[in-house]
Amino acid sequence: MLTDLLGFPPQVLFGQLLLGLINGAFYAVLSLGLAVIFGLLNIVNFAHGALYMLGAFATLGLTKWLGIGYWGALIFAPIIVGIFGIVLERLLLRRLAGVDHLYGLLLTFGLALVIEGTFVKLFGSSGMPYSAPAELSGGVNLGFMFLPWYRGWVVVAALIACGATWFLFEKTKIGAYLRAGTENPRLLQAFGVNVPLLTTLAYGYGVALAAFAGVLAAPITQVNPLMGSNLIIVVFAVVVIGGMGSIMGAVVTGLAMGVIEGLTKVFWPEASSTVIFVVMAIVLVLRPAGLFGKTA
Amino acid sequence: MKLLKSLAASASALAMLASAASAEISGGVVKIGVLTDLSATYSDIAGEGAAVAAQMAVDEFGGKVAGAPIEIVVADHQNKADIAANKAREWGDTEGVDAFAELVTTSVAMAVFEVAKQQNKLALVSGAASSPLTNDACIPTGLHWTYNTRALAVGTGSAIVKEGGDSWYFLTADYAFGEALQNDVSKVVEAAGGKVVGAAKHPFPASDFSSFILQAQASGAKIIGLANAGADTVNAIKAAHEFGVVAAGQKIAGLLVFLPNVKSIGQEVAQGLQMTVSFYWDMDDETRAWSQKFYEKTGKMPTGVQAGTYSSVLHYLKAIEATGSDDTDTVLAKMREMPVQDMFAKNGVLRTDGRMVHDMYLAEVKAPSESTGEWDILKILRTIPGEEAFGPLSESTCPTK
Repeated sequence: MLTDLLGFPPQVLFGQLLLGLINGAFYAVLSLGLAVIFGLLNIVNFAHGALYMLGAFATLGLTKWLGIGYWGALIFAPIIVGIFGIVLERLLLRRLAGVDHLYGLLLTFGLALVIEGTFVKLFGSSGMPYSAPAELSGGVNLGFMFLPWYRGWVVVAALIACGATWFLFEKTKIGAYLRAGTENPRLLQAFGVNVPLLTTLAYGYGVALAAFAGVLAAPITQVNPLMGSNLIIVVFAVVVIGGMGSIMGAVVTGLAMGVIEGLTKVFWPEASSTVIFVVMAIVLVLRPAGLFGKTA
Repeated sequence: MKLLKSLAASASALAMLASAASAEISGGVVKIGVLTDLSATYSDIAGEGAAVAAQMAVDEFGGKVAGAPIEIVVADHQNKADIAANKAREWGDTEGVDAFAELVTTSVAMAVFEVAKQQNKLALVSGAASSPLTNDACIPTGLHWTYNTRALAVGTGSAIVKEGGDSWYFLTADYAFGEALQNDVSKVVEAAGGKVVGAAKHPFPASDFSSFILQAQASGAKIIGLANAGADTVNAIKAAHEFGVVAAGQKIAGLLVFLPNVKSIGQEVAQGLQMTVSFYWDMDDETRAWSQKFYEKTGKMPTGVQAGTYSSVLHYLKAIEATGSDDTDTVLAKMREMPVQDMFAKNGVLRTDGRMVHDMYLAEVKAPSESTGEWDILKILRTIPGEEAFGPLSESTCPTK
């Protein structure tokens, strides 16, 4: 009824809802990584988009030079990029512990520009193709739309990653340490827990999540040095809406924003790149800590 | 003493000779500012390659014209009109730049036109495509060299309508260029008896096209026209294949596609795609020889935008050589008088509305099995005569034509 009122057949609307969910899956995995990093390091990781891009390039490189296909890349690319993240944390980010947030933001933003600039220089700005694995080519006709198998897989894989992260943080001993580290790192240190190691691992994990999203994205968009910079601002808005540092908030908001954006693409395509920021502004006015955030 | 005197005399004579040679050259140097996208989405089709191409034109002159040295300066405008305008103003006001070249992205070209008009300097546009640059938005010193949206429409649009593609749905980049391209193609389609059933304007740049592709699918149009460029075109074509739009019988028309774009779509997916080009490296001995030289410097074959930058700078230098002056009005008059004759354009004509009229080509992406090498990507189907591609001068709405 409602759809008839709005002048769009239900098929179109269902299709867009599903597509929104698929895009939301990317937002969820990326904002989850950001939330983990912010929670423990108190750093607004502006390099997240560049690290997501590195995940896609690692996928391409693994296939091209080592003959490791998509499924292997799904495991190895996040590990490789995660190790790169750990090096970054040890060499650079560590030195900013205890100083104003702004420094972390500037450093990671600068890192993003350097990484992206280097890749544009090396590989050009047009990007390179990467095909979906043969097992996931083709798709299924759902009646209201044609769903490529690969896009369906993206949602499944993203939900698995989010679920695993939730389990890790909420149900395991390491997770308990991590949460304690967020609350009071000094006290935790006094109990004999190696907090600096914990922070390093948390950053590595957050970066690996970004790279994982990069692997998932490689067959969908072309592998392009600038693929992250187009996405990162939106993902930040998602994190702000969900509440900085909230794991559940990041996932739910990610999916919800994907859907809202998808619907805007039908009703008012020109506004689809701004709608998330409108939501962000409203949320900031009504609930400054975000939908799921605790007041600081 | 006598020796000293004669030395002084010969020195001053030499100085006089030198100054006579470049008396008409302002500042004693011809300075060309290449303002392009060095870091963002258009840096592969224009970018550093365009600066290299401009330098190749300078090298052909041995680095000197009318006795004065030629200097190329390059800056990154990041596809932002305000950055471009500021840089152009700074170059013109304080660094003695005589002409601006390349200028990809319509908004950039229009912003630099404003500066060029105030400073009475030449703007040699290569990368920006919108036809308004030589119509409503024209300026007396703005020259549009490589192509425009009208030519793209005439080439690809009419070829597709002729093959039966008579109903169109557009995916249009939401800025001046996308709109110009959609308008020009719509005119061609409607004139040929086809109809436009709708359009979706997408943000520029956009990374996900699935939603727009689904809307295009629901429209039932035979042809999905992509009034966008660069990564947007690539992502739209990939999404169309992924969502089975092509398999279901709808056809994709890429209205502005460049060689690097075909490479990033992958020839397997892109094969059969028709496109209108101003230049292809493998057309004749001259283009092959020039492109080979370009390849040695950059590791890539040139795009039309890069080749066009070379041609525009070369023609500019030829006019300075012929007149012995770099005065804008003198050079411009000479540039209009001489035919444009180089590896890019054969008997090109520079019109008073700023349009450089030359032949364009309808090309098709080869199947991977037809290709003999990494860069063997296109086959030329038809030469579109300049007059047909760009239309007669009487059609131009430029007020100063």
